[in-house]
Amino acid sequence: MAEAEKTIEIEVLRYRPEQDATPVLQSYRVPFTDDMSVLQALQYIKDHLDGTLSFRWSCRMAICGSCGMMIDGKPKLSCKTFLREYHLARLRVEALAHFPIERDLVAGVDDFIVKLESIKPYLIPKEPRRLEQGEYLQTPHQLEQYEQFSSCINCMLCYAACPQYGLDSKFTGPGVLALLHRYNADSRDGGREQRMELVNAEEGVWSCTAVGYCSEVCPKAVDPANAVNQNKVNSARDYFLRFLRPRGTSK
Amino acid sequence: MSPPRNAAVSGRRPYMRSMNGWWRRDPFFVRYMIREATALIVAAYALVLLAGTLCLSQGEAAWNSWLAAMRSPLSVALHVLMLVAMIYHAYSWFEIMPKTMPAMFVGGKRVAAVTIKPWLVQMLEVALARRMCCSRACRVRVKPGLPSASSVRPTNRPGMWCT
Repeated sequence: MAEAEKTIEIEVLRYRPEQDATPVLQSYRVPFTDDMSVLQALQYIKDHLDGTLSFRWSCRMAICGSCGMMIDGKPKLSCKTFLREYHLARLRVEALAHFPIERDLVAGVDDFIVKLESIKPYLIPKEPRRLEQGEYLQTPHQLEQYEQFSSCINCMLCYAACPQYGLDSKFTGPGVLALLHRYNADSRDGGREQRMELVNAEEGVWSCTAVGYCSEVCPKAVDPANAVNQNKVNSARDYFLRFLRPRGTSK
Repeated sequence: MSPPRNAAVSGRRPYMRSMNGWWRRDPFFVRYMIREATALIVAAYALVLLAGTLCLSQGEAAWNSWLAAMRSPLSVALHVLMLVAMIYHAYSWFEIMPKTMPAMFVGGKRVAAVTIKPWLVQMLEVALARRMCCSRACRVRVKPGLPSASSVRPTNRPGMWCT
């Protein structure tokens, strides 16, 4: 006979716009095994206890960036967080902080997508090459300049960790600025002038006060705080170089 | 946040949570706020020193009264508190410093942030140790061409009691 089934209580901050004026907590008791993730617990709730619960997920292996949520107040990927870390205690899940709640654990990310598009997150070739000229070559040293920042999966945990974004959502924010730096630091890219305008703006790097929590919560070790703060130096350099370069293109 | 497009059709009604008391939500934010708050104490100490400079410019009596004020038990207690606050403030910036630096390469290899931090702390310690050591020397003779002729008197070393 198997031992008594182990269970854990999961509190979910629910919000159904058609019936709830404000979000409300709802508790579920879920059986758990040592290898169960928080995402699996939510899937158990949806399949067996309450089919109306909404949450985003896709890959279940920390690469799609869909299942970010606040787990006991900390921004985490629910597929990468295990119930065993919370066993015997109650666990509370909530939609990503600093974003509007669309429904239950689904955060509204329109603002993030608009910002992501604004930084031109793609290579703008420095010199156009024809097919017969071959590929764009890069040394390992040039690759290392941006490689870490290219690991971003757009999970937005860094936004949920950034109080400056929470207090004023005009701030471009850590993740998008890290991606901006990823392209600016790429030796093959020639779009720096176009992107520096966004870096130099009040809503660009200068809204960051070096809290540093974005880098702590990043599941991919991108270190967005490093990208943002390196660009404070770049932005200051840009500002002073304007005086030396009368034909400078920065506006 | 602008209202969602065609909200009436889709039934979207995004709910924005309050940011009230945000800095108490996570110990990380509390530490951040202490870093910011201790900056005010650093500024306050600058004012104390500025007052001393002003007193110095006003003559001996003013300077001596400032010195006396600095020696009062209240002032000593405040100095201890301010020292603790300043040490924490300096430490917190060493904590965040690797995040503000461009990538470092040594021998073609990238240096990890976890390596940079101990280096910075060591630099601070060496800076402080040298300051404490040199301030004890009464007489220093330096002869770069003949090191054995160089001398520091009294020959105190850090950790030795001054006689």
